[in-house]
Amino acid sequence: MDKVMNQTAEPTPEQIQDQKMYQSMGLSDHEYHLIKDDVLHRLPNYTEVGLFSGMWSEHCSYKNSKPVLKKFYTKGEHVVKGPGEGAGIIDIGDNQGVVFKAESHNHPSAVEPFQGATTGVGGILRDIFSMGARPIASLDSLRFAEPKTDEDRYFISQIVAGISSYGNCIGVPTVGGDTVFDDAYKHNPLVNVMCVGLMDLDKIEVGAAAGVGNSIVYVGAKTGRDGINGASFASFQFDSEHESQRSAVQVGDPFTEKLVMEACLDVINNHAAALVGIQDMGAAGLVSSSAEMGSKAGGNGMVLDLDLVPQREANMTPFELMLSESQERMLLCVKAGHEDEVLQVFADHGVDAVVIGHVTDGDHYKLLHHGEVVADVPVDSLASQAPVYHRESAVPEHLKNVEKTQYQPHISNPTETLKQMLTQLTIASKESIYNTYDTQVQTNTVVAPGSDAAVARVRHHDKALAITTDVNGRYLYLNPRVGGQMAVAEAARNIVASGAVPLGITDCLNFGNPEKPDQFYELDQAAMGMSDACEKFNAPVISGNVSLNNEYDNVPIYPTPMVGMVGLIKGLKHVTTQDFKQAGDLVYVVGKTEDGFNGSQIQKMQTGNISGQLFDFDLDYEAQIQKLITDAIYQDLIASAHDISEGGLITAIAEATFGHQLGVNLSSKLTVDQFFSESQSRFVVSVAPENQAAFEKLVGNHAERLGKVTDDNHLFVSATNGYFDIDVDEAFNLWKGALPCSLK
Amino acid sequence: MKFAILAFPGSNCEMDLYYAIQDIMNEDVELVSYKNDSLDGFDAVLIPGGFSYGDYLRSGAIARFSPIIPALQAFAKSGKPVLGICNGFQILTEAGLLPGSLQKNVSAKFICDTEPLVVNNADSMFSSEFKLAQIINLPIAHGDGNYYCDQETLNDLIANDQIIFKYRNNPNGSVANIAGITNKAGNVLGMMPHPERAVEDILGSSDGIGIFQSIVNYAKSREVVTHG
Repeated sequence: MDKVMNQTAEPTPEQIQDQKMYQSMGLSDHEYHLIKDDVLHRLPNYTEVGLFSGMWSEHCSYKNSKPVLKKFYTKGEHVVKGPGEGAGIIDIGDNQGVVFKAESHNHPSAVEPFQGATTGVGGILRDIFSMGARPIASLDSLRFAEPKTDEDRYFISQIVAGISSYGNCIGVPTVGGDTVFDDAYKHNPLVNVMCVGLMDLDKIEVGAAAGVGNSIVYVGAKTGRDGINGASFASFQFDSEHESQRSAVQVGDPFTEKLVMEACLDVINNHAAALVGIQDMGAAGLVSSSAEMGSKAGGNGMVLDLDLVPQREANMTPFELMLSESQERMLLCVKAGHEDEVLQVFADHGVDAVVIGHVTDGDHYKLLHHGEVVADVPVDSLASQAPVYHRESAVPEHLKNVEKTQYQPHISNPTETLKQMLTQLTIASKESIYNTYDTQVQTNTVVAPGSDAAVARVRHHDKALAITTDVNGRYLYLNPRVGGQMAVAEAARNIVASGAVPLGITDCLNFGNPEKPDQFYELDQAAMGMSDACEKFNAPVISGNVSLNNEYDNVPIYPTPMVGMVGLIKGLKHVTTQDFKQAGDLVYVVGKTEDGFNGSQIQKMQTGNISGQLFDFDLDYEAQIQKLITDAIYQDLIASAHDISEGGLITAIAEATFGHQLGVNLSSKLTVDQFFSESQSRFVVSVAPENQAAFEKLVGNHAERLGKVTDDNHLFVSATNGYFDIDVDEAFNLWKGALPCSLK
Repeated sequence: MKFAILAFPGSNCEMDLYYAIQDIMNEDVELVSYKNDSLDGFDAVLIPGGFSYGDYLRSGAIARFSPIIPALQAFAKSGKPVLGICNGFQILTEAGLLPGSLQKNVSAKFICDTEPLVVNNADSMFSSEFKLAQIINLPIAHGDGNYYCDQETLNDLIANDQIIFKYRNNPNGSVANIAGITNKAGNVLGMMPHPERAVEDILGSSDGIGIFQSIVNYAKSREVVTHG
C-alpha cells in the first residue's frame, strides 16, 4: 500500500494507541483493536481514527440498535423503498410516490437550541430531496420541560424560533406536529422533525457511487469547522459537569439550502442520464456520505483529493474536513464525461459544485491532502462493518412490583376540573407556536395545524395525504411494549379520523443509554410494541432514526419513540376534521370507555407524577374501531371525527366545540371520572340527523349516543354523578391562553 | 392576456401564483428569471413572496439589484399592472416603485394566519371586483410586514386614494392599518397578504380571486381600447 503520512501537530499513531486517545473520540478499546488488528493490520493514524469514530458512532452505524430495528415490520405491497436509503418511499398510485422520514436533533438543540433546531429541519429536507422528491410538508414533534425557569422558556422559544426561521425561508409548509411538556425532558428537550415529499416513481435516486472513473462532485456550502465529529458527539450523554460542547453544533443557512434543493431537483429531473447517485452530507459529513455511497455501490473504491474541497477556513486538517458537519452540502456521483453538464446546472442556480475525486478499482477508500495519502482504508470497513452489539436487557426497577389498580381521580367540581385540564400545557392550544410557522406555502394545506392530522392535497389529483406525529412517553414509561403499540395506534387514529387509510410510518427512537440494561429493555420492548401495531394497521416502517443517550446526570428521559404516520385520503370529499359542524348534529362516543388512569394527564395533574400499571389495551379491538370510523367516513355518514387521547372524552368534546363556536347538550352513562379516562380505541364523532339510522346500524353497540350539537355556544355534559357546565368561549379562552401565558 | 411571474433566488411562492393564474384564472402565465432584462409581451407582472436572497441584509434589498429590475421599472412606467405580494411588496419598496418600507412585526415574530381586510378603494385596477368597505379574508405569512412611512407620505397616500387594503385587526403594527398600497399612478400594488393562497374554498378562502379578476378585467378592457 501507499505510505500513509501523518499530519504535523497531530498525535502519532503510537501516541493515539498508548494514551488511548481514541476514547475521547468515542471509540472503545474493543473497537480500536478491531480497527488495528482486523481491518488495517497496522496502527491507524489520527485521520483514520477520526473516520472510524464518526462512522462507527451509533448515529451512523446503529451498532446498538440494529438488532432492535431488525424486528420492525417493514413489508407491505405499496412499499417501494424501505429502511436503508435516505428516506422510504410508498406508492400512492398515478406513478406517484410519497417519501418520508423523521430525524432527531436533540443533542444539538440541548446546547444551542436555535441552531440545533434549524439544522434539524435542514438535514431532514436534504434526505427527502436527495431521493428525487420535492418536500411538500414538515412536522415537528417537540418535548420540553414544563416552563418554570427562564432556561426552560429559553429552550422553548429558541427551538420554535429556529424551526420557524428555517422552515419558513425554504418554502416548505410546517403543517403539524405535537408538543408535550413534562419535566422528564428537562435539560434534554427532544426536537424531532419529519419531512414528507412527493415524487414521480420513475425518477428515484439512490445514494450510490458506482462505475470506475465516474466523478465525485461536492455541492453546496463551503466546509468549515462547525460540528466537527457531531455524530460521535450525539452519541454521548450530557451531564452538568460538561456544558461547553458548543463547537459540535452547526449553523443553518436556509437560503443556501433552498438553492441547493432547486439545483439538485433540476439535475435529478432534467439530467438523469448524467447522474449515478446523490446523497446528503449529514452526520459525519464528507466521510459518511462518500463512504456510504462507495459501499452501497459495491466492488469499487474511491479517491478524494481534499485540497479540492471548498473550504471556509484556512489550514483545515484532513480530520476536520472529513468530519465537519457544515450544513447545506450534498455529494453526487456523476458519469465520466458529464461533469461539465452537471456543474453548469449548479452554476445556473448560483450553487458551488466541484469535482473532488472519482470512483476507483479495488476497495480502497483513499484520501489525498497536499499530495500525500492521509488515509487508506477498505471502504466497507467504514460504512457497513461497524461492530453490532447485542446489549443486555433487564426489567427496570420502576416496573417491578407496580401498583395494579388504576388511579382514582378526585373530582368535587367537574367543571373546575375540566377548566384545570384545558390549561395543562400538553392539552392547551399550541397556536402560539404554530402561528409562527408558514403552514400554507405551496397552497396544498387543506387541514392546517390544530386538527387530529394535517392534510395536504395532491395537486391535480382527487386525493390527499394525512400526516401526523404522536407518542405518549408516559405510557411507555409504565409499559414500553404496550406504550409502543399505543404510539402507533394513536397515530393511526389521527390518520383515520382525518379520512385517511394508513400507508406507513417513520420514527425517531428517543431513548437513554443502551449500555444500561434497563434502558435497552425499554428500547427493545418499545420497538416490538410498535412493530405489533404496524403490522396490525398495515403501516410498515419505511424509514427512521435513533437517538440514544438522552440522559442528564444519568437520569434518562421517558422512552419516547416518536411515530410519524402518513395516510392516503382517496377523494377530497372524505377529508374530515375534528370540529362539530352544525347545530342539531348528533354526538357519539365510539369505542369502550374503562378506567384508564395510570399514566393519564389527570393522574399527572392531580398527583404531580405518573405511576402504576398501565391500563389495558387491545390491538384487535383498536383495529376494529378504526375500521368502523373509516367505513362511516367513506359512506359519508360522519360530519366530524376526533381521536380521544390525553385528557379523555370531555377534553375531546370541548376541543370539538372550539372550531365553529357551537355548543353541546349531552348526557352519558359514564361517571364524571371516566370522562377523564384515557382508554384507547375511541373517537368522538358527530353525525347529521339524516344519517342517524345508517350510522347506528353500522356501529351497532360500539357507540353511545350522547346528545346534540347546539347553537347556544354552551357546553353542558351530564355524567351519572355530576355534570360539566361551561360557556364555550370561557373554555376556549382558557385553552388558548394557557401556553402564551406560561411563556411570558 | 399574459402574466409574468418574476422568480428570484429564494422566492418560494412563484409556483403558488403560477397555479392560481393557470388553473383558477385560466390565463397565460410564464415564470421570468431575475436574470432576464426584458418584460416585453406581458400584460401584467406579479412578484411573488418568499425570501429573496434569504432576506439577508434587509427584505428585498438585494433582489432590487437584479438584472430584471430596470425592465420592471420600465414596465411600471408604461402603466401596466404590477402586483408585488409579501416579499414582492418589499422588493417594490426597495426598488423605489412604492413609498415607505416594511419593518419587523411589532411582535418580533413571524405570523401565519388568515386576516380580515377592509377594501379601502374599490376603483383600482386591482380591486374593482370588490365593493368599498367590503371585508375579505386573506392569509398572511410574514416576519417583516409592518408597513412604515412618514406623515407626509401617509397624507399623500390618503389624498390620492392609494391605500387599497387595510387590516381590520392590525396584526403587525402597520401605519394606518395598511395592508396594501399603490403608487400614485395606481398601476403598482404592493400588499403583504397572499391572494394566491385564497383561490379555492378547499384552502379556506377564495377571496383572492377578486384581485386577479380585477387585473384581468382591466387588461382586457385596455386590449379592447387598444385594438378597437
